[in-house]
Amino acid sequence: MTSHIHRRGFLKGVATLGAAAAVPAFLAACSGDDEEPTQPAGDPDAPANLTFWTWTTNVQKVVDIWNAKNPTQKVTVSNQAQGEELITKTLTAHRAGNAPDLIHAEYQALPVLITNGVAADLTAMAEGIKGEFTEGTWALTSFGGKTYAIPQDVGPMMLYYREDLFQQFGLTVPKTWDEFGAVARQVRQKDAKRYLATFSSGDPGWFAGLAEQAGANWWVNDNGTWTVRINDEPTRKVASFWGGLVNEDVLSGKPMYTPEWNKAMTDGTLLAWPSAIWGAGVLEGVAPSTKGKWRMVPMPQWDAAAPATGYWGGSATAISSKSSQRAQAEKFVKWLNTDQEALDALIAEGGIYPAATKGQSSTQLSKAPAMMPNQPTFFAEAAEIATTARGFNWAPNVNVTYSQYSDIFAKAVQEKSDFAAAVDAIQAASVADLKKQGFEVKEA
Amino acid sequence: MPVAAPVRRRPRRRGGPTPYVLMAPAVVLLVLFLLVPIGYTVWLSLRANRVSGGGLGIRTERFVGLENYTSVLTDSAYVDGLLRMLLYGLIVVPSMLGLALLFALLLDTPRVRFGAFSRIGIFLPYAVPGVIASLLWGFLYLPDVSPIRDVFEGLGLPAPDFLAPGGVLFSVANIGVWGGVGFNMIVLFTALRGVPREMYDAARVDGAGEVQIALRVKVPLIMPAIIMTAIFSMIATLQVFNEPATLQPLTDTVSQTWVPLMTIYRDAFVNADIHSAAAASVVLALGTLAVSVAVLTLLQRRAFGRDR
Repeated sequence: MTSHIHRRGFLKGVATLGAAAAVPAFLAACSGDDEEPTQPAGDPDAPANLTFWTWTTNVQKVVDIWNAKNPTQKVTVSNQAQGEELITKTLTAHRAGNAPDLIHAEYQALPVLITNGVAADLTAMAEGIKGEFTEGTWALTSFGGKTYAIPQDVGPMMLYYREDLFQQFGLTVPKTWDEFGAVARQVRQKDAKRYLATFSSGDPGWFAGLAEQAGANWWVNDNGTWTVRINDEPTRKVASFWGGLVNEDVLSGKPMYTPEWNKAMTDGTLLAWPSAIWGAGVLEGVAPSTKGKWRMVPMPQWDAAAPATGYWGGSATAISSKSSQRAQAEKFVKWLNTDQEALDALIAEGGIYPAATKGQSSTQLSKAPAMMPNQPTFFAEAAEIATTARGFNWAPNVNVTYSQYSDIFAKAVQEKSDFAAAVDAIQAASVADLKKQGFEVKEA
Repeated sequence: MPVAAPVRRRPRRRGGPTPYVLMAPAVVLLVLFLLVPIGYTVWLSLRANRVSGGGLGIRTERFVGLENYTSVLTDSAYVDGLLRMLLYGLIVVPSMLGLALLFALLLDTPRVRFGAFSRIGIFLPYAVPGVIASLLWGFLYLPDVSPIRDVFEGLGLPAPDFLAPGGVLFSVANIGVWGGVGFNMIVLFTALRGVPREMYDAARVDGAGEVQIALRVKVPLIMPAIIMTAIFSMIATLQVFNEPATLQPLTDTVSQTWVPLMTIYRDAFVNADIHSAAAASVVLALGTLAVSVAVLTLLQRRAFGRDR
C-alpha cells in the first residue's frame, strides 16, 4: 500500500482502512469456533472475576452470599435477556470471543449451546456431585455419557384447579385423562361460559411436558445419529386427546399468558391449569385475587396404576468453553446448585424448585406458596410427584421445533383440524431442519 | 494499490485537503455504519452453520453459496408474509393518506373552530410508541377483555371478532393508520399553509366553493407533499413489525412469520440462525429498493414532470 496519501487517495485510504480494519475482525470473529481451547487445570481458589448471565428471579441476592464468603472470587450477575434470547445472545458473544463464564440455560437449550461449542464438557467435575441429583434430573444435562451443565431447578408438572368452583359445580377432581375429558364436558354443560382448561399453541414446552408424561421420546442420539420421533405414539395420543376436545369446544383453544388468559384465570372462566411446580408463583402474578382458591394435585394419568408426570421448564448452569477461569467457575457452579445455603436462598429468593435432592427437602419448602395457604403440604406432595417425573433428551434444534409448534398448532386450533396431523407436520419440519444443518438423521 | 505519484492537475489550487477533511466524518460514518454492515449482511447470507464431527456434532460456519436464498424464496411462510405485507400496504397507505388529507383540508378551511386543539388531538397518537399502541389496541381487540365487545353485547348486537382470521389484517392495519394519520396530516397541513392565500381569493372570485377550492386548487398545489408522504408511508409499510409482533403472543391468528420482518426476527433471535435472517433481509431490502425506485420514477414523471 502506498505511503503517500494524496488527495484523491485519501478517500480511498479511508475506505480501505475502514474495510481493512473491519473485515479481518469480522472474519476472525466468525470463524474461530472450531478450535477447542485447552483449559489448564487451574486453582479453584485463585482470585477470579466471573460473569454470570442469568434471569433467575432475585439471583443477585444468592450471589451476594457467595461474594461475601469469597471476596477474592467475585461473581457479577448480568440479566441480559430471557429464554431463547439469552441463548442467541450467548452464541453471539461466544463468536465474538467475550462469552460470560457462567450461563443459565434451560434444559432444551443445552444442545444448541453444546453443538455451537459454547458449553464446556463438565464430565470430570460432575462425577463428584452426580449423587446429589436423581437419575431423571441428571439425564437432562448429560448427552452420550458426557455432562455439559449442572441442574439448577426442575419443573415437574402438576394440575392446579379451582377448589371453590369444583365444589360449587359438584365436580370431582380428575385422576385420569378420561375423567379429565368427562369433567371438561360437565363444565360446559353447567356453564357455557366456562371451560375446564385451555390448549395453548403458544407454549411448546408445556406440550412437550404433556408428551413426556405420556411416555414420548422425541429425540435419541446414538453415536452421532439422531432419531427423531416427535410424532411417536404417545405424542399422537396426547395431541388427539386435546385436539378432539378443543375442536368440539369442550376445552378452550386460546393461548396462555395473554391478558385474556389472566382474566380467565382470575374470574373462573378457566377452572384448571395443567402446569408445573412453579405455577403457584405464576398464579400470584396473574390472578392475585384468587389466593387460597386453588389446589394442586398430581396430573391426570394415562395409566392410573403407573403414575407419571413430565417436566415443564427448569434450567441448569453451564460454563463457557472459552472461560479462562474454569476452575473457579466450577467451584461456583457446584456451590450454587448443591450447597444447602445456596439452595435455601434460591428457593426463598428465586422461588425455584431446586434440582438437587437435598434442596427438595429444604426447610424453606415447609410452608406453602403464598397463593396456596389452603394447602400447607404443597411441597411435600410436590416432592412425591417429582419422583414420578420423566424427561427426554433434547435436540440441537429445539428452538426451530418450538417455533414450528407455535405456528402449526395456532393454525390447527383456528381451523379445527386434526392435532395428530399437526404433530406430523412438526416432525417433518423439525427433521428437515436437522438434515439441512447437516446432522445425521434417522426417521423412525 | 499501485504506487503512483500524486496527480496534480491543478497544482496551484489552494485549499489542500480541506474538502476531504470536511467530508471525512460523513464518509467514515457512512462506511462504518452503512456500507460495512450491508457488506457484512451479504457475506453472512452466503454462509451457514453446518454440522460436522461425531457425538452431538459441532456446528461450524461455512460458505454455502445461495442456499439460504433458495430456502428463503421457497419458504411459503416467507412468501405469504410478503404478500400479506403488500396487502397491508394497500389498506394502510390509501386510508392513512386519505384521512390525513381530509383532516388537513378540514383544518385549513376558513371557518374552522378549535383548530389548534383538533390538530394536537389528531397528532397525538403519533407520539404513542408503536408497541404501546399495539398493546392498547390488543386489549381492545381481545374478545374477553374488549370493552368494544361489551358495548355491542350491551346493545344486544353480535360482537365483532377483531382477531378472526378474515379480519385480523384490518385490525392490524387500523393500528398503523391510527398511529400514522397525525404525522401525515401535519405534513400536509404545513404544505397547505404555504400556499399563497391570493390563490383562494382568485378562486372565490371565479365562483368556486370551498369543496371546489379544496379539490381543484389545494390538492394539486400540495401534490409534492402528498407524494412524499406516500413514499414515506410505503417504506414504513415494508418495515411493518411492531404491531403484528406485539399481537402475536396474544392470539392464534398472527403467526410468527406473519410479515417478513417477523420471520427475520424469529430466525435471528429465536432460532439463532443469523444466516437465514441475513438472506431474508437482503431479499426484503432489494424488494424495498425496487418498489421505491419504481414508484419514484412513476410519480416523478407525473407529479414533478412539469417542474423540469
